[in-house]
Amino acid sequence: MNFLQPIGRVFLGFLATVGRLSLFTISAVSHTVRPPFYPRVIIRQMVDIGFYSLPVVGLTGLFAGMVLALQSYTGFARFSAEGAIANVVVLSITRELGPVLAGLMVAGRIGASLAAEIGTMRVTEQIDALTTLSTNPMKFLVSPRLIAGLITFPFLVLIADVIGVFGGYLVAVYKLGFNPSNYLQNTWDFLQAEDVNSGLVKAAVFGVIVTLMGCYHGYNSKGGAQGVGMATTNAVVSACILILCFDYILTEMFFAGI
Amino acid sequence: MTEAQPKIKMRGVKKAFGPKVVLDGIDLDVAKGESVVIIGGSGTGKSVMLKCILGLLEADQGSIQVDGQEVVRAGARVHEEINRKFGMLFQGAALFDSLPVWENVSFGLLAEKRVNRAEAKDIAVAKLAQVGMGPDVGELSPAELSGGMQKRVALARAIAHDPEIIFFDEPTTGLDPIMADVINDLIVKITREVGATALSITHDMTSARKIANRIAMLYDGKIIWAGPTEDIDTSGNEYVDQFIHGKAEGPIKMAVRA
Repeated sequence: MNFLQPIGRVFLGFLATVGRLSLFTISAVSHTVRPPFYPRVIIRQMVDIGFYSLPVVGLTGLFAGMVLALQSYTGFARFSAEGAIANVVVLSITRELGPVLAGLMVAGRIGASLAAEIGTMRVTEQIDALTTLSTNPMKFLVSPRLIAGLITFPFLVLIADVIGVFGGYLVAVYKLGFNPSNYLQNTWDFLQAEDVNSGLVKAAVFGVIVTLMGCYHGYNSKGGAQGVGMATTNAVVSACILILCFDYILTEMFFAGI
Repeated sequence: MTEAQPKIKMRGVKKAFGPKVVLDGIDLDVAKGESVVIIGGSGTGKSVMLKCILGLLEADQGSIQVDGQEVVRAGARVHEEINRKFGMLFQGAALFDSLPVWENVSFGLLAEKRVNRAEAKDIAVAKLAQVGMGPDVGELSPAELSGGMQKRVALARAIAHDPEIIFFDEPTTGLDPIMADVINDLIVKITREVGATALSITHDMTSARKIANRIAMLYDGKIIWAGPTEDIDTSGNEYVDQFIHGKAEGPIKMAVRA
């Protein structure tokens, strides 16, 4: 019977974490719609999360598009289907690679920084200080970051989409010798609004996941530097896993009928 | 004849973390305008007691009243209302790294939207002057200040909204003896100027003798002695005697591994 004990303990621990995370999420979301609001904090977070992530997201999109065009050509040439490369690049980028790669990259950058910042505030009593200064920490620290993530991620992904398609175009035209206007025409003809929209909805969900995980792990960090380090790791790992998990769920929802 | 209502009244306050009982029935009154210092060794629950009054931790049992208003199991709105009466100097200053010094000082006023930013800055400069700092310090970041300066800024923040009750958590810990004396003098001067009630916790006897009207000693989760500062040397309590003279021998046994 003893071997069941650790399994049960891990399972109960998992359930407790899910419960705590659910309560944290409900509290954070409820504070986003109740005053007071902190527009200055929201704008500062939008700049941190959105503007400063542009180089990372842009480079990721560019190289993803370039690799995709090259790999597709290598594979499709075996079936004389090179003409489909433009379609493969644009659909893969907008539906899947744009949101997922941007989400994972920003999870590393923003999830870690949020967890470290809020975790340090927790262990240095800055969060307690907020409470004594008549400021709800959930409202001041967590809700503005959730809102900023929700708004900026779709824009980041839209930019990643455009740069990714441009990367594919560069490789197709300058390395593989495709006709530029034919390539662009193919890209445009096969692209539907639903492809882009589904990617943007995914991006908004990933934005909430990344900021929520960063805030949750930072807010609940304990101890000193070690606790903050652990919170940072947990924030990035949990955000990456949840992004891939929700990517499947959302894809299933969007394209189940097709 | 009716006795004046104490500013803070604690009765039978208990708090445990799992099996570890930290507060085991605390009874304490702090009268209006009085300065009470709680002394006791590290880990005796002094900070926990303070956090229970501030509503940062929920007491398991007992009653804590501030101006007759119950704090234990009170709702968020009541806590917010009571917290407006409080100013708090945290042990590590707990200044917000992301804000300049003047915004730290006037944070509570801005959060409550009592003043606009220009007025808040003027108040911050006036409060910084009260703790002996020039207006140029207001533009600095907390990271640019020494430990002593950070404590003074934190003191300015604690008095920015002219609180009725000020809490001091180990105000002189980590400071050299001269800076510790400067902080002690400031605490005495400011509590008199503001006319506030003060509740401090410390294990620095020099500080306790200087800032207290009355001293109470916390040991094993209980207040084991309380009396006027001038009586502490003749308390007749062997625990108090051992503590104030800093002797290793006596009834208080430290958990030291051989």
